[in-house]
Amino acid sequence: MRNLSRREFLRLCGATGAALGLTHAIKPEILEAFAGPAGGRPPIVWLQGGSCSGCSVSLLNSVQPEIGKVLTDVISLQFHQTLMAAAGEPAMDVLPAVKKQYAGQYYLIVEGSVSTGDKVMYSTLGERDGKPVSFAEWVKTMAADAKAVIAVGTCATFGGIPAAGSNPAGSKAVSDVIGGVPLINVPGCPIHPDRVLGTLVHAIKYGMPELDHLKRPTVFFGKCVHDLCERRPMFDEGKFATRLSEQGCLYKLGCKGPMAYNDCPTRRYNNNTSWCVAANAPCVACVEPGFPDHTSPFFERMPEYGPAGTPSPQPHQGKIIGGDK
Amino acid sequence: MRKIVIDPVTRLEGHLKVEVMAEGGKVVAAEAAGTMYRGFESILAGRDPRDAVYITQRICGVCPVSHATAAAFALDDAFGVQVPTNGRIIRNLILGGNFLQSHIIHFYNLSLPDYVQFPAIAPFTRHYTGDYRLNKETNERLVGNYFKALEIRRKCHEMVALFGGKMPHQVAIIAGGTSMTAQKDKIDAYRKLLAEIAQFVEKEYAEDTRLLANAYSDYFQVGKGPANFLSYGAFPLDDYGRDKLIGAGVYIGGKPAGVDIGKVTEDAAHSWYDKAADGSPDKTATNARYGKAGAYSWVKAPRYGGEVCEVGPLARMWIAGRYTSGVSAMDRIVARTLEAALITKSLANWLDELDPGAPCEAPVEIPYAATGVGLVEAPRGALGHWITVRNHRIERYQAVVPTTWNASPRDAGGKPGALEQALVGLPVPDADNPLAVVRTVHSFDPCLACAVHVITPGKPVGEFKL
Repeated sequence: MRNLSRREFLRLCGATGAALGLTHAIKPEILEAFAGPAGGRPPIVWLQGGSCSGCSVSLLNSVQPEIGKVLTDVISLQFHQTLMAAAGEPAMDVLPAVKKQYAGQYYLIVEGSVSTGDKVMYSTLGERDGKPVSFAEWVKTMAADAKAVIAVGTCATFGGIPAAGSNPAGSKAVSDVIGGVPLINVPGCPIHPDRVLGTLVHAIKYGMPELDHLKRPTVFFGKCVHDLCERRPMFDEGKFATRLSEQGCLYKLGCKGPMAYNDCPTRRYNNNTSWCVAANAPCVACVEPGFPDHTSPFFERMPEYGPAGTPSPQPHQGKIIGGDK
Repeated sequence: MRKIVIDPVTRLEGHLKVEVMAEGGKVVAAEAAGTMYRGFESILAGRDPRDAVYITQRICGVCPVSHATAAAFALDDAFGVQVPTNGRIIRNLILGGNFLQSHIIHFYNLSLPDYVQFPAIAPFTRHYTGDYRLNKETNERLVGNYFKALEIRRKCHEMVALFGGKMPHQVAIIAGGTSMTAQKDKIDAYRKLLAEIAQFVEKEYAEDTRLLANAYSDYFQVGKGPANFLSYGAFPLDDYGRDKLIGAGVYIGGKPAGVDIGKVTEDAAHSWYDKAADGSPDKTATNARYGKAGAYSWVKAPRYGGEVCEVGPLARMWIAGRYTSGVSAMDRIVARTLEAALITKSLANWLDELDPGAPCEAPVEIPYAATGVGLVEAPRGALGHWITVRNHRIERYQAVVPTTWNASPRDAGGKPGALEQALVGLPVPDADNPLAVVRTVHSFDPCLACAVHVITPGKPVGEFKL
């Protein structure tokens, strides 16, 4: 197969639903870029901390490429708690082995937030000399020799749900606990599989993708939901739903689309089946650092930042509620 | 005596550590520990009550719909709202579709690697070795269906997303009903996907379960546990909750009875929480105390009238009288398959009952003060949410989830949890490869983020019918 230019690859990533041509591009692309370790398949370590595993489940929903193909032909998934055959010690032995054997070559993917400080032992994984090892320590250890780190899901990228409210488990984003290694944030609650796999392939084949100020790939997170939304004409015409099951713009019923930057309205979830607004539900801006504390109450109209009393489009949420990570 | 530590037990949701003491080739004592804490109850305090549906489903990415449903039931109860017929049915379609997804992923992708030999590539390398006994033909068939199951479970999610918007973390279940209406094109699309999934469940999943049960029929004799069961029931078949596809009930000490929710208590004697966690879930608070003396888990110990109960597909099928052949690791797997077939059939009927165009949500008003209870079943078992509303905001929220029942630590009286009991007596001929332990743990389908009748061995087991 012909070698794709970076520009052509980005066009593929930008395409949506069934048009996402990664399936056709992905295998020869990866093999060519990675004629080395693990039988030519890039080694991946996927760690889960303060998470619900929803991002892993969502990854399994990948259609283009189909997930079975990803697992057997594309990547070498060395460690993933929900999928790996090994358990206990044989499973934990994988991490130091990968760190040594593939130093500087493996990609670390982190799902879930990281418990820190005096609550660091609120999340542990495996034991060393009979003592539990904190998840934070694993993230730091494995990040140190990774080629790049990809934080997936809003818990790993911004703290998300576990860091909400009183933050009972001292949960922090991956970016708060590691440094000195290239980091990409792919938020979402849960992640969209296209965005994770597209980002991973870009990193492998072309190096770091273009990122926004929150380290999100602009190809997936460059546009405002409110601007892409199929109900935007209803907003402009002042046709607002008065109850969720009614057809109309959901702005007055709590939609946070104006503060959310991603391509959900065109990419949609589950093989292009639907997305929140198409199911008559408000966007809750789950890809933003303010989720959930600053994007809730979910069913109440968002505060108006705009000069004309309208919400669109808003400055980046990160600047409003606490600056860049 | 030798201590065997499995940390983490993989291929389940969340972080579970299991420690067993083995003597003379058998497990003589076991401890199960949840090793990750997020503190959902505290995260919910002070919020708009309606947000509980979206927040609590983030407890678990495998069974988010069950949490959304329990929260919506609790809010319906607290707000005193009557959900319209279409809303009730669409909730069932969203929940039922995810039950199928969950049961299929559990059997094929989480359980099978304990019994089947996979090609020697990551993530299948480095597994326990020893007792793998499938013939080449069956082994190949199951490996093939592992990958087919990934596709079918994805289609289950696509089916759910037709009404739910997206999966995981659907958005259509709300207090008072559903946001999504019964649109004809969605009904048709759901029906089409369901036909393909039903074919897989009836032709492949059922047969694969039979093949596994035959080859490993001695697993009908191990992993029994307390043999007490609890089910809150799920899938209401009428608008008043009188009749449900899966009934509520308890089965304790060999006697069936109705559920008295007042008998459910929690105990944190061996959990990393302070005393406020002890008592009835509508009154308790969850304050972390990591390192507390005598504690070893983030999971609390729920009890029913002081008794340890198992929850999940076997509990439900047992209480309904649909499957009572035995209590064991393999009986759990068989009951789960039977339930998947039952739900598959029911989903098609519910599609027919939808009335396109009729209302699906009732208006809700948040009261100044109220309490509500939402009881439902998750794929893994009985799930309860308790909410207290004060000043129009959530004052207190408590969830008692299935794996809290199954993987609970010891209680104040020293009584081990269901999984801890089920592990005792398991054969561990090779302490470095405790296959029977992980197989039995997986038979419960533990989900840590949210937190075994007997047949003659060797006798073919083809008796269960769909």
